Amino acid sequence: MIVPIRCFSCGKVIGDKWEAFKKRVDLGEEPDKILDDLGVTRYCCRRMLISHVEVIDDVMKFHEGKEPINHRGGK
Amino acid sequence: MKVKIISVTEDTIQFIVKECDAAFVNALRRTMLAEVPTMAIEDIFYFDNSSVIPDEVLAHRIGLVPLKTDLDNYLLPEKCDCEAELGCPKCRVTLNLNVEANEEDVIVSVYSGDIKSVDPNIVPVSQNILLAKLALGQAIRFEAYAQLNKGKVHSKFSPVSMAIFNNIAEFDVEDNEIAAKCVEEAPKGVLLENGKIKVINVQTFNKSPTCKSLLKEKSLINYMKNDEYIFTIESTGSLSPKQIVNESVKILTEKLQELRHKIEVGEIHDEIELFEAPTEVGRRLYAIGAGDFTDEDEEGGDEEGRGPVYDET
Repeated sequence: MIVPIRCFSCGKVIGDKWEAFKKRVDLGEEPDKILDDLGVTRYCCRRMLISHVEVIDDVMKFHEGKEPINHRGGK
Repeated sequence: MKVKIISVTEDTIQFIVKECDAAFVNALRRTMLAEVPTMAIEDIFYFDNSSVIPDEVLAHRIGLVPLKTDLDNYLLPEKCDCEAELGCPKCRVTLNLNVEANEEDVIVSVYSGDIKSVDPNIVPVSQNILLAKLALGQAIRFEAYAQLNKGKVHSKFSPVSMAIFNNIAEFDVEDNEIAAKCVEEAPKGVLLENGKIKVINVQTFNKSPTCKSLLKEKSLINYMKNDEYIFTIESTGSLSPKQIVNESVKILTEKLQELRHKIEVGEIHDEIELFEAPTEVGRRLYAIGAGDFTDEDEEGGDEEGRGPVYDET
């Protein structure tokens, strides 16, 4: 749902690299160059970022906050 | 044993260990993974968590955040004399987080940098680790207790994200020009030492054609030495790589001294009991998973006197 804090296989911290990675991919950079740049060298850590889908952004539309759901939802 | 440092960066160290066998280098590696203590959050008390991430998932995520560790001023909980469940100021650090989303249409991201520590030396290594996201009206508030512990308890306490060693292959190169060309083609893959080429990184070595020509149609394994290793360590940031090596050597020495002492004194630990080999019948029963073995089962037979009933197999 949200980026894992660490790589499942080796335990390197990758939770702080997702936002930078996503931003630069959206700007049109090559993902492999960004990963090299961020210091993510092993393929176990690389797949963590490459294959991640941030589902939390979609789930949050249906939250139970102060406001009723139909006030904010249905965009 | 000889050690030569090849490179040191902020979170990695690479060094060559000479004149010792693989068992010792592996002992060192395993000490780093499982025995060097670091700080991590262990207990959390939520005051509020209305985010879409469940309490236990969030707690797990927070636990994985590496904290900068101060080994001199804190004790392991089992070595502390307080015996309290949550520890005392000598063996734990209190951390707080208080974030809420109040603005319309603004999604608030909660980062590890939002965690406020009582001790300024024990703070998250990275300030940008994404912990959760909050929509309008949601909040996360908690108090957490961090403690020192070892990697064998939970891998969040392990100070390394990579600790590996490889055999080093060595080539006698008589032609100086070829040797120089090898180093030029693969500066991070080979080392030139006393007219010998040493392979540090196999992948870089394989990419360079001049280096590969040294193999003379043999495999790299044929050139590998069994008393020389290249050790690579990548720290999670909670301890500096040099600290990890020093600390692991210290812990391993302590353990070896304890072992030597016990052998000299001839002490048998209370926990070690003499092992009794299972009997013939017992072994058969264990083998088919019959559970506990009692005399009654062995005698067998029911009340009508039909005698023991044995399984045909």
